Amino acid sequence: MSHNFKNWPIVTGLTLVTIPILFMYVFLFVDTVTDTRPGEMIPNRFTLEHWRFLWENIEGKASVWLAMLNTMIFASSVTLIVLSVSSTASYAISRLNIPFRKEFMAGILMLHAFPSITLIIAIFLILQMVGLYNTLIGVILVKASLQLPLGIWIMKGFYDSVPWEIEMAGIQDGASRFTVWYRLVLPQVRPGFFALGLFSFLEGWSEYILPAVLAPANDVQMLSVYLASLIADDQHFDFNLFKSVGLFYAIPVIIFYLFFQDKLMNIYGGGTKG
Amino acid sequence: MEIVLENFTKRFGDLTVIENMNLKIKEGEMLALLGPSGCGKSTTLFAICGIHRVDEGRVLFGGQDVTRVPTQQRNIGVVFQSYALYPHMTVAQNIAFPLTVRHEDKQTIKKKVGEMAELVHIEELLGRRPEQLSGGQQQRVALARALIRKPGALLLDEPLANLDAKLRLEMRSEIRRVQLETGISAVLVTHDQVEAMSMSDRIAIMKDGKILQVASPNEMYQRPENDFIAGFLGNPPIAFLDGIISAGNVKISSGNIEFPCPENIEKHPDGTHISVGIRPEFYQPGNPYKIPGTVSFVEIQGRENLYDIKLKDGNLLRSIQSANVSPLSPGTKVDWGVNPEQLFFFDNSGKRL
Repeated sequence: MSHNFKNWPIVTGLTLVTIPILFMYVFLFVDTVTDTRPGEMIPNRFTLEHWRFLWENIEGKASVWLAMLNTMIFASSVTLIVLSVSSTASYAISRLNIPFRKEFMAGILMLHAFPSITLIIAIFLILQMVGLYNTLIGVILVKASLQLPLGIWIMKGFYDSVPWEIEMAGIQDGASRFTVWYRLVLPQVRPGFFALGLFSFLEGWSEYILPAVLAPANDVQMLSVYLASLIADDQHFDFNLFKSVGLFYAIPVIIFYLFFQDKLMNIYGGGTKG
Repeated sequence: MEIVLENFTKRFGDLTVIENMNLKIKEGEMLALLGPSGCGKSTTLFAICGIHRVDEGRVLFGGQDVTRVPTQQRNIGVVFQSYALYPHMTVAQNIAFPLTVRHEDKQTIKKKVGEMAELVHIEELLGRRPEQLSGGQQQRVALARALIRKPGALLLDEPLANLDAKLRLEMRSEIRRVQLETGISAVLVTHDQVEAMSMSDRIAIMKDGKILQVASPNEMYQRPENDFIAGFLGNPPIAFLDGIISAGNVKISSGNIEFPCPENIEKHPDGTHISVGIRPEFYQPGNPYKIPGTVSFVEIQGRENLYDIKLKDGNLLRSIQSANVSPLSPGTKVDWGVNPEQLFFFDNSGKRL
């Protein structure tokens, strides 16, 4: 890095701006293992009581581990559906001469621009009618389909940047269209594929409104709904418990980010070199 | 394998790119499809390998109709202009791909990849990825990949267009060597007449979707069928002057010269307007019929000097001369001439007389 400007003003400025955020994170953690008297800043005792939800059920609630499992199933299934459908669908849109291709693309854009919350009542009614209300499958299908337009759109962009010649060469070398897609084209769009998978998982993990409306029952409850219900009761709410569950909820996401951040950065670096 | 195109017609939407083309590529020969860009030569190539559907007519491989046979089953090797190597595979995997998709066993594949690498001289590159190779090396890999399954024919789509000048020379002879060594029938698509002349056994010259002439490079240069071919072959290109036949003589007004008709145009009536083609190597100081002019541009090429000569009425002639004498400077008046036996005469429609 060149030193044609001084570093310290930038560092100081960034530090000043970051300190409040840093404080929030620090206290989020500190509050989960301590108690503080009302009106004071400094905690007065250490306790693991706020983490009791890990080994016992909170009154009137299902186990947090079940909620964790549900969330995991939900996020993974959504990811799986989004990845498999958008990687194939957008290939077809990008490369194959299918009827109504233009209209289909316009439709995808429209859907993408449409706020999904406006559909929630209709979706609720439909799920109830087909018997998928309060089931994981129901809410997975809904979330995946709402997530698909973005996924298809992103993947199409990546496919568009793969040179045609690679496919022609593959066909010429005797591979079927499917083999060409799977063995030659898909590897070229890997950055997009991974980034989309990651986004879908995180989207699924943090989804609140759909599970809250469509699958509120205890046995299919997800962490976001579980967490919100802790402070839904006006009579007795426990802020420190809420913070602990919140931290618990965020840990997998943080781990995920640590492992895959380079892949995430890559989302705009797709395509192949000539 | 002999390849025949019979009444081949190709349309893109309403646009007919190629109509009723007939072409035969003989067993073991290298045929160049030469023409300006957009003349349909790549389209023809893609019809042979099956990437483009043939709208009308037939494609025959060794007498067998393959018009409706899918690309994968045609067993044709293609080298694309951009080489189209698979970026995520190593060189060895690239070359092996045609065999891998056929599920040949690993030992055979390894052996064949080795043989191919030896043929195109890239043995030491097998572990690398395409992005780590130079253009010429990528070209060799593409060639090896096209040849590994012993295809019936090899198609080359502008194979040298992406190379720098020196590599182009090298790969020109390399491709030719590999083609001769394997004895495979090959089609070379190019817009570069030097490439076509130097690499192929025969040239099919194309314009606007039609084949104008098919001949050996030498014959095509010596006896072009029309003015387009004469203008396309040869560098620096041929120059044309307007002429008229009168009383058994050819009069070229811009040079103010007149000479007796050579026998091939004797029978044409007086007053016939013709176009006279003068190749640069035949516009020289020693020739009898002088066309005076002024040097307007000199290009020094080392072994030869290239002159543009402006005639009085503004027409341009070109001359290429050995650089034994020191080059003339622009503005010099010269009095070089032509020899009627070495000229081409074309009628109004461009056909050579």
